[in-house]
Amino acid sequence: MDGGREPAQVYGSMQIELAWTIIPTLIVVVLFLATARVIHAIQDAPEPAGALDVIAIGHQYWWEFRYPKLGIVTANELHIPVSVSGHPTPTFLQLLSVDTDHSFWVPQLAGKTDLIPNHPNRMWMDPQRTGVFLGQCAQYCGTQHAKMLLRVSVDGPEDFASWVHVQQKLAVEDAGAIAGRRVFERNACMNCHAVGGTPANGRFGPDLTHLMSRATIAAGAAENNHDNLRLWIQKPSAIKPGSLMPAMKLSDADLNAVVSYMETLR
Amino acid sequence: MSSNVITVPVGQTDARPWVDELHQWLTTVDHKRLGILYILSSLLFLAVGGVEALIIRIQLMHSHNNFVSPEVFNRMFTMHGTTMIFFVAMPVLFGFANYLVPLMIGARDMAFPRLNAFSFWLSFLGGLLLYFSFLGGSGLYGAGSAPDVGWWSYAPLGARAFSPGHSSDYWTLALLVSGFGSIGTAINIIATILCLRCPGMKISRMPLLVWMNLVMAGMVLLAITPLSAAQIMLLIDRYLGGHFFDTQAGGSAVLWMHFFWIFGHPEVYVLIIPCFAFMSEIIPVFSRKPIFGYPVMVAATVCIAFVSMSVWAHHMFTIGMNSYANSFFTLTTMAVGVPTGIKIFNWIGTMWGGRIQFKIPMLFSIGFLFQFLIAGLTGIMMACSPFDWQLSLSYFVVAHFHYVIVGGILFALFAAFYYWYPKMTGRMLSERLGKWHFWLFLIGFHLTFDVMHIPGILGMPRRIYTYEPGRGWDTLNLIITIGAFIQAIAILVFVANLIVSYFKGVRAGSDPWDAWTLEWSTSSPPPAYNFATVPTVASRRPLWDEKHLEDPDSQYE
Amino acid sequence: MSATTAPFPNATESWSLPSRGKVAMAGLIIAESAIFTIFVVAYLFYLGKSVTGPTPAEVLETPIFYTICLLSSSLTVHLAAKCLARGITFAFLGLCLLTIALGGLFLYGTAQEWHRLIYEHGLTVSTNLFGTTYYSLVGLHAFHVTAGLVMLVIVAAFGLIGRVGVKQSGDIEVLSMYWHFVDAVWVVVFTVVYVLGR
Repeated sequence: MDGGREPAQVYGSMQIELAWTIIPTLIVVVLFLATARVIHAIQDAPEPAGALDVIAIGHQYWWEFRYPKLGIVTANELHIPVSVSGHPTPTFLQLLSVDTDHSFWVPQLAGKTDLIPNHPNRMWMDPQRTGVFLGQCAQYCGTQHAKMLLRVSVDGPEDFASWVHVQQKLAVEDAGAIAGRRVFERNACMNCHAVGGTPANGRFGPDLTHLMSRATIAAGAAENNHDNLRLWIQKPSAIKPGSLMPAMKLSDADLNAVVSYMETLR
Repeated sequence: MSSNVITVPVGQTDARPWVDELHQWLTTVDHKRLGILYILSSLLFLAVGGVEALIIRIQLMHSHNNFVSPEVFNRMFTMHGTTMIFFVAMPVLFGFANYLVPLMIGARDMAFPRLNAFSFWLSFLGGLLLYFSFLGGSGLYGAGSAPDVGWWSYAPLGARAFSPGHSSDYWTLALLVSGFGSIGTAINIIATILCLRCPGMKISRMPLLVWMNLVMAGMVLLAITPLSAAQIMLLIDRYLGGHFFDTQAGGSAVLWMHFFWIFGHPEVYVLIIPCFAFMSEIIPVFSRKPIFGYPVMVAATVCIAFVSMSVWAHHMFTIGMNSYANSFFTLTTMAVGVPTGIKIFNWIGTMWGGRIQFKIPMLFSIGFLFQFLIAGLTGIMMACSPFDWQLSLSYFVVAHFHYVIVGGILFALFAAFYYWYPKMTGRMLSERLGKWHFWLFLIGFHLTFDVMHIPGILGMPRRIYTYEPGRGWDTLNLIITIGAFIQAIAILVFVANLIVSYFKGVRAGSDPWDAWTLEWSTSSPPPAYNFATVPTVASRRPLWDEKHLEDPDSQYE
Repeated sequence: MSATTAPFPNATESWSLPSRGKVAMAGLIIAESAIFTIFVVAYLFYLGKSVTGPTPAEVLETPIFYTICLLSSSLTVHLAAKCLARGITFAFLGLCLLTIALGGLFLYGTAQEWHRLIYEHGLTVSTNLFGTTYYSLVGLHAFHVTAGLVMLVIVAAFGLIGRVGVKQSGDIEVLSMYWHFVDAVWVVVFTVVYVLGR
């Protein structure tokens, strides 16, 4: 001490330094070992026999879902079966992308995994309860990254089976919608969209075969109802500016007809 | 320099026409003036980057807001991140290094004064180039637009196919140019520290600030260059038809990520280590004790530098690496927390048993200690890959890194400003305004960034221009925005303090804080030649030795 | 600037520090090594991954002669620096010019190889991943050779008008450090591209 003004000048202490080096190191070792077990358990989990296979393909700004063994192609809203602990039926997703990087994130069902072009990824979800779970793209993919939303419906076995049954069918042929179907097939719609059982088999945009089985359109950006459908086809920028759906610039008559046609695609 | 003594000419007048003064500043090679230029330019970009942040926060105030379009929002977060990292944080830290390192080692200037000036102007003009993009960027949305690819410009979003026009080229070129400036400054700092120390200042007697800037400069050489390389590759892709990151030709988007994060992670240590340096100088002085465990502080810093080169892919836990790679990066990321934690313990050990003076620099330092600790803990959380699979790319990460950058780096910078402003200008900053600045900023900071962790946990991803109602994010975002405005007001108080005190502040004298390193042995501000006589030192605290002749440090080292 | 040595007033040892030119060049070399490492990593990563187009084995011919030219230019520049340090300016100038000639020959060899690859095999930077990574890596190196040659030409020009003497020998040593670095990089690039990559 210097005349009582300055406190004791302590330069260090070997024992204290050692203690607060060794203890954190041990903590790190324990934390790491515990973590490594969980990493392996999640990433290297084998796929059980009852698992459902889904291929998720990221687009700017929507999700394409294919169920290869069930012959289903749909978009944006995923239906998967609830998994019962005795007889697990988890969903294993293969993640692909046609353009930029995306990320599949439904927080209540699983951690996120990215969809990267030329770099297939794999993840699984093992939902234990039914319900609708919300998520969205988590990797910035362009202008409308914010509205690339996800809806996952975890269904009980009967609900899932009936959903699959509907999705496997070709498009409903409603004689009253012939006019609208002609509009659809004579404009550029067929270049991007597919409707099962018709000549339309474009893959750039979502598959519309069972459009009305979905609660939302534009990857969750708007509720799936008459007015929104109409607005989306006529002026997508009103709902999702920057989306790659072009404004179709149809006459009122054509627009009404094609919307009526869309509404028959249950 | 062959002579140790400089004679001062008498009869030199101070008054000069302002054009002359401006010319002096624009052509200066004096490390002190360049340091101040770096600091002033970073304050300018801080204001711009801050406005961008406020625009982001207003847009996110509630769901489905329409304050700005998605295109503008995406440019805002891209420019905010790029500006703050490259044109605020790096320049201000280089500025303080420029100013302080020669003074602290008893030198008259940096090793290469002209390279110093060149590096500054490269850095500053890089910033101007980035902002010229608002005028010249002709992107998809009409004439003139800033880059909107995020501050990482992930492939293939940054490719010609997805970013036509020139907006992202401004990002690439501005960072290339300022990157070369950074490398020049780093080389200068290393050469200065290794070659210009005054007699007696062995490497083991350098102030910790000098040590840490040496480590930082070494890291800059190895960290900035991978980004420069990747950006050259990106330019080859965009302009020469190359396929480095062209996934259609078999290229890899993940390769860009590796290259970017091999830069990106050491970069954040480049930013924080000079702040550790500030803390290691300021905390001892306001605790009236030497730093606890000088050799361990040096060793820990070097250790951090090495280990931090091995952690980069913790930014890539979600991209689909296998479990062994994820485990490796989990381990290294947790490991780098050990030397970092040790430093926190050492600072606390310095305060322990000391006679704490709660002046403004110390208030900000205590804020730093507390906030950096919390930021480190959320970092360790995310080091655990399974946690990160939920938290990555969400507002939890945004909260974490702002906790480090604002709660850590900016608080340490504020401490450094209040501590060294008297040396640079000869006047003390106002304590009263300083207290307003500190408390307002503290409240605003915590309101924003404590709360921000929660939307992340609730599933809110980052980089979204709006969000759906009913997710439970609305109120939280509103609180975050309010905190941002409180911080903005605090910054205005700070700027007012800087300006008012320049003209009306209490005169400081050469050593207002009763400190111990060489910069306090010369006048405030120092003369152009720094020291009339080149000092010789015999310990780590040369001024302590002078003030305590009966009990010098040299007895204990 | 060579190392400063001044007597330390209060002790018996002298105070000498490294030369700042050499330290700075070492720093530059470290930084440049990192840049080259990234390009080498990209080259190695993309080996065998090209979707189309010519492969390295099909089109590359090992440039033994030009490599010998470049590597021996390291010897000549080293000797040049040594001669200058001893004040033998005539030999320094001759060795300096020889270095420039050898380096220039190397660049000529690179140009010749590129001409053949482009016009006979249709390999350009945009052909495939091999083209992109090959031209970028070899081109980056050639750029650094060119920069070194420019500096050597400037030194030779000053030497020819008698302005380079013993006092500049420290600076010339720094330049020769850079030249050695460029050659060392070529050893790596040569191994990666012409040995491992085929």
